[in-house]
Amino acid sequence: MAASLQSAVFLSNRIDPHRRLFASPARSLPGTKGSILVVRSDGRISGRLSGRNLITNAVATKADTPTSSTDSKPGHELLLFEALREGLEEEMDRDPRVCVMGEDVGHYGGSYKVTKGLAPKYGDLRVLDTPIAENSFTGMGIGAAMTGLRPVIEGMNMGFLLLAYNQISNNCGMLHYTSGGQFKIPVVIRGPGGVGRQLGAEHSQRLESYFQSIPGLQMVACSTPYNAKGLMKAAIRSDNPVVLFEHVLLYNLKERIPDEEYVLCLEEAEMVRPGEHVTILTYSRMRYHVMQAAKTLVNKGYDPEVIDIRSLKPFDLYTIGNSVKKTHRVLIVEECMRTGGIGSSLRAAIIDNFWDYLDAPIMCLSSQDVPTPYAGTLEEWTVVQPAQIVAAVEQLCQ
Amino acid sequence: MVTTPVLLLLTTVVTIRPFADSSLHSSMAASAVVRRLSSAPLHDHRLLRPFSTTGSESTITVETSVPFTGHKIDPPSRSVETTPFELLSFFRDMSLMRRMEIAADSLYKSKLIRGFCHLYDGQESIAIGLEAAITKKDAIITAYRDHCIYLGRGGTLVESFAELMGRRAGCSKGKGGSMHFYKKESGFFGGHGIVGAQVPLGCGLAFAQKYLKEGTVSFALYGDGAANQGQLFEALNISALWDLPAILVCENNHYGMGTAEWRSSKSPAYYKRGDYVPGLKVDGMDVLAVKQASKFAKEYALKNGPIILEMDTYRYHGHSMSDPGSTYRTRDEISGVRQERDPIERIRKLLLSHEIATVSDLKDIEKEVRKEVEEAIAQAKENLMPDPSELFTNVYVKGFGVEVSGNASDVSFGADRKEVKAILP
Repeated sequence: MAASLQSAVFLSNRIDPHRRLFASPARSLPGTKGSILVVRSDGRISGRLSGRNLITNAVATKADTPTSSTDSKPGHELLLFEALREGLEEEMDRDPRVCVMGEDVGHYGGSYKVTKGLAPKYGDLRVLDTPIAENSFTGMGIGAAMTGLRPVIEGMNMGFLLLAYNQISNNCGMLHYTSGGQFKIPVVIRGPGGVGRQLGAEHSQRLESYFQSIPGLQMVACSTPYNAKGLMKAAIRSDNPVVLFEHVLLYNLKERIPDEEYVLCLEEAEMVRPGEHVTILTYSRMRYHVMQAAKTLVNKGYDPEVIDIRSLKPFDLYTIGNSVKKTHRVLIVEECMRTGGIGSSLRAAIIDNFWDYLDAPIMCLSSQDVPTPYAGTLEEWTVVQPAQIVAAVEQLCQ
Repeated sequence: MVTTPVLLLLTTVVTIRPFADSSLHSSMAASAVVRRLSSAPLHDHRLLRPFSTTGSESTITVETSVPFTGHKIDPPSRSVETTPFELLSFFRDMSLMRRMEIAADSLYKSKLIRGFCHLYDGQESIAIGLEAAITKKDAIITAYRDHCIYLGRGGTLVESFAELMGRRAGCSKGKGGSMHFYKKESGFFGGHGIVGAQVPLGCGLAFAQKYLKEGTVSFALYGDGAANQGQLFEALNISALWDLPAILVCENNHYGMGTAEWRSSKSPAYYKRGDYVPGLKVDGMDVLAVKQASKFAKEYALKNGPIILEMDTYRYHGHSMSDPGSTYRTRDEISGVRQERDPIERIRKLLLSHEIATVSDLKDIEKEVRKEVEEAIAQAKENLMPDPSELFTNVYVKGFGVEVSGNASDVSFGADRKEVKAILP
């Protein structure tokens, strides 16, 4: 008892009241063991502690914990698309104004099963099957958001959202500004993008490079089940329009995530692997190519620091800057095209802000400036491969 | 003298007359059928039973399964004229397409074809009926369910399978894939992945045809899912304003991936959606009805501007190979359509009832077709993957200073990485 009181005091000092987990009664998530741990803003705890470590701050901390807080902690294992669904479901439970609209999200369950089971639970008016009319239903989602709803708009493939580009750029991005702050557009636009397994040119587009100059939008890219759920929840709670980029090939990643509810910060980068010699900045699927290359690099004696930038607009220059100040060498690995991708913007941002700390020119590995070919071998050469990352680090660290 | 070149001109005109013309010489017709669909060199496709009862030039009149329904237009007659030879060629061509799609299914399951693969089995009658009514100078453009239309337009099996497997002998050199089959010489403009985007393109083709006074038409095919795209109505409006010879063909297979037509469209009468543009509803599983409607539409469009054809059809497979096709419809429905309305069965019954061929003749044709498909797959499998330099070809048209630099030391990391440099003129 004394121990728990002590930890309660400990908690009340550590917990930032704005990061209070939630105030509603504890309940279990479906299919998870144990109940929700509720920490109130005054440090009181309710729910069973069951003798395990208290997670005082489930938000990814800056550079202190080397890996995400999920390893060696009890929780539940799931796949990335299930994590997205869990996040979405929790938010839909919490706020009745959250609705989902997209093609085949309802009865079919979503083409990547992210919305499976939601339609029977919430009904046709909250999980809406739209006809194939991206421009219109994106616009309708934005219109609904203007009057208080919080729609989550799904593009079956990010490339289809090009049909809705006008709505996203002009209405979604600009209305808050042009109305002098009267309207806010709390939409989440999400969908899978990126180069998949031989999906062809039109279905392998990287829209982050096209959307990045739209003012008023925030963009995040998830890469693990842990950050997928956290970013989904944060995006839905945000009052700004957020574009959540998922990747076609990452939907079946399995990870153990906490049972407790957590929300990640939309503008924060994730330290995947701290190191000393070089900072490798990456996001989405390229994170895995980088980690694969990191294994080889470690064997060769290099110590790369890998950061998953997660927030594509705006960049988390705090984390990135600290890293650059430590290692003085930067390699950016991205899936966007060489021309006008996230990498080129990031490069410019680092040069502008951290020029004095750089010992070598920033290297950026991106995809080739070609439409993604169908043939498997050609498609592999379009995208950055781990061998190229290893060679780049070796070159940088000469 | 002066008359000789004119005579020469006449003879050349005769030899390129469209196949559907029943006055064409029968041996020309035979080799035309074979050449159109066979990937192997021309071989003797004699029919196993000579025409004793009906000559190859005699016409048969068949009634379509259901009468046509018109919207703001008088529908054509229900009686279609055809010849025994044409019916046999329909049977053979449709069986070839069916076999190709089923082979593609098993290739996909053995991971030789990857990514997206949208199969057309059940809808072959549209491709065949359309071809029977038009020439190669008319244009066809469709969405991603394009393998059979490519065959109909003169593509070979080897090119199709090679493209599906990403080999260099494919129709798009392996760079396009299942959704990007094209054949410029025979007026096949693809092959498009984004739903509905091909319809404005199709109206553009019609615009060029009118501009260049070619006297030909364009068929823009789309599905019931795409019928709700705004760009369709925009293109239709412009085509109607400018009287373009554009024929919009809605291949209504009643499902837009997982969404049934009644759940996606307030008005599932797609032939009426044109409002001021006349429309015709056709039984898409009856190849003769499709032929009649296409002929009628071509004549109409050349004189009066756009027209919409709605083909009532069905797909047996799911939307694509990653969709089982049974979560949003019952297996009974699928097998019911297969029993009642299958296009190949309909032609088989016609052939048997008019005694043009026997059951064993038709079985032999199917065996032949199967063998042809297997040979084509074997040939395509042996073909190589594209060369690495192909990654950078055809991004731009040569001649504007775009070259590939092979400087491995500067910026490329490993032999598989080259940088494209553009030299400004």
